[in-house]
Amino acid sequence: MTTETLLYLEGISVSFDGFKALNNLSLAVGTHEMRAIIGPNGAGKTTMMDVITGKTKLDVGRVSFRNTELMGMDEVAIANLGIGRKFQKPTVFDSHSVWDNLELAMKANRSPFTSLSWKLSQEQQERIHKTLVRINLEPSAQKLAGALSHGQKQWLEIGMLLMQEPELLLVDEPVAGMTDAETEKTATLLRDIAKTSAVVVVEHDMDFIRALDVRVTVLHEGSVLAEGSLDSIQNDQRVIDVYLGR
Amino acid sequence: MIAKSILPLLGRSGIVFLAVLAAVGIGVPLLNLSTSTDSFLHVPDYAVTLGGKYLCYALLALSVDLVWGYCGILSLGHGAFFALGGYAIGMYMMRQIGARGVYGNANLPDFMVFLNWQVLPWYWHGFEYFAFALLMVVLVPGTLAFLFGWLAFRSRVTGVYLSIITQALTYALLLAFFRNDMGFGGNNGLTDFKDILGFSVQAASTRAVLFMLSALALGLCFVIARQIVNSKFGKIIIGIRDAESRVRFLGYRVEHYKLFIFVVSAIMAGVAGALYVPQVGIINPSEFAPSNSIEAVIWTAFGGRGTLWGAALGALVINAIKSYLTGALPNAWLFVLGALAIVVTIYMPKGLAGLFAGWPKVEAKIPAPQAQLDGAE
Ligand SMILES: Nc1ncnc2c1ncn2[C@@H]1O[C@H](COP(=O)(O)OP(=O)(O)OP(=O)(O)O)[C@@H](O)[C@H]1O
Ligand SMILES: [Mg+2]
Repeated sequence: MTTETLLYLEGISVSFDGFKALNNLSLAVGTHEMRAIIGPNGAGKTTMMDVITGKTKLDVGRVSFRNTELMGMDEVAIANLGIGRKFQKPTVFDSHSVWDNLELAMKANRSPFTSLSWKLSQEQQERIHKTLVRINLEPSAQKLAGALSHGQKQWLEIGMLLMQEPELLLVDEPVAGMTDAETEKTATLLRDIAKTSAVVVVEHDMDFIRALDVRVTVLHEGSVLAEGSLDSIQNDQRVIDVYLGR
Repeated sequence: MIAKSILPLLGRSGIVFLAVLAAVGIGVPLLNLSTSTDSFLHVPDYAVTLGGKYLCYALLALSVDLVWGYCGILSLGHGAFFALGGYAIGMYMMRQIGARGVYGNANLPDFMVFLNWQVLPWYWHGFEYFAFALLMVVLVPGTLAFLFGWLAFRSRVTGVYLSIITQALTYALLLAFFRNDMGFGGNNGLTDFKDILGFSVQAASTRAVLFMLSALALGLCFVIARQIVNSKFGKIIIGIRDAESRVRFLGYRVEHYKLFIFVVSAIMAGVAGALYVPQVGIINPSEFAPSNSIEAVIWTAFGGRGTLWGAALGALVINAIKSYLTGALPNAWLFVLGALAIVVTIYMPKGLAGLFAGWPKVEAKIPAPQAQLDGAE
């Protein structure tokens, strides 16, 4: 299943004022693979996503996606290559309806002139509708996104990623602030998404990680500490010392 | 058909705004020209000019609202675009004076004769044609906004820093236009206009037409702005205002969107300035004063940003108060303006338009796409 490599990070380092947030980090994610990333606060998980999406420039190393070198590309170019991102702090358009949020995210020509004369086709409306159902927000379609609960905003943001139809989804802490039932639904949703695209999920919630049932990478102080199945990770003394045992 | 597609676009508040504007735009000139001066219905000449001036300010406020209220770009330099539009039409009117100036020189405006200039500077050529001047009213502010925006937005200058450089822009133009050797009349600017398209600028009938045109320009720009903000483009610039990085990570070139709306807005400000100058009869560098641009922002905030008609209303109301106070209590005006700015910021974040919030939610939604879906299934 994970024969082909989709995303490849090779020896990347990033420092902020001398502090090394990422330190010679290497990671490979396969096409249609779902990967969970765990690690203590400040391990560099979000920074890694910043580097992949072009928000943060790296000092050394290289990032490639589908054999395309991402170095020198900005966020917009990388997003249009097919990498979607959910932020750690849910970020949706509060003053737009749920429906509009999805419509704006939908894969389409992004030029200002196209947007001026934009009209939704029947087929596109149905796609939005399907996504609404998928993220459990169908009854709230006309609600303002700002009026949603924290957990619903997380779902909406995942829904926006889906509308982008990316090949790779970077999902930073999707279940923060969710009830157990919501967390369970999110795990199911992500597993479903992983059938058609690659997904990298960062989470602290171990029950959620277990529910995902995928390969886990542990980050610590900017580099990979361990990698493997959740069971093997949980029995790894180094991981217990820096993270799980605390 | 057209009515059907345009009415929901305007919203009920927009329709009321346009209806009132049309009534005023037609009614005031009519009551000025067709009633006798002792009739109680008569609108005096000075009131027509004053009102026309306010309408130009309202258009300036609308243009500020378009960039600030919808896209979050707090421009403190929109007065520059307004003034440039004014200078463009002023140059045309200067050329129309011809040999009727104090020095009787048919080829050079008075101030150039006074400076002992022999030939007309190259950039004055073409301004003897009205159509050329109109083109410049659009092109000069539009081009400046394009160059400025291209540099600023590409380098991701935002927030306070952007506001500061817009102030710097208008201030730099203020200093430049003050210089006599710039060739725009220096300190005194352009004035003593005689006529526009052959009609005397002093004549009541010309003033009435200018008033009507100002109302028309405001109405047209309102409809255009409304069309823009209701489109997907409009939703994206609101997204930029609220969560710029989200828009970028969705794959939209934020700088292109900002640039487009900034240029459209600058052109509207330029048109406002071009209508303003024939009515007040003068354009000088003080129109570039940073405080003018700040005032325009206060009108917008007072009227309610992000509503378009609210911004226009804010400009009308504040300027009416200003005119009254500068007559009644000349020293009080700046304090009142300052107080208004503070009160609005703290107690009326939605401005005057917010006071009408009790109305049914007309702005809220375009017909629910849901309905169309149901029909399809
Ligand atoms: N822009 C920045 N400037 C300076 N330091 C930064 C910046 N971004 C991140 N850091 C630092 O880099 C380190 C890694 O941060 P990062 O956000 O990647 O951690 P994380 O693994 O996502 O943690 P958490 O689980 O708390 O979200 C932290 O020490 C953080 O303070
Ligand atoms: Mg993080």
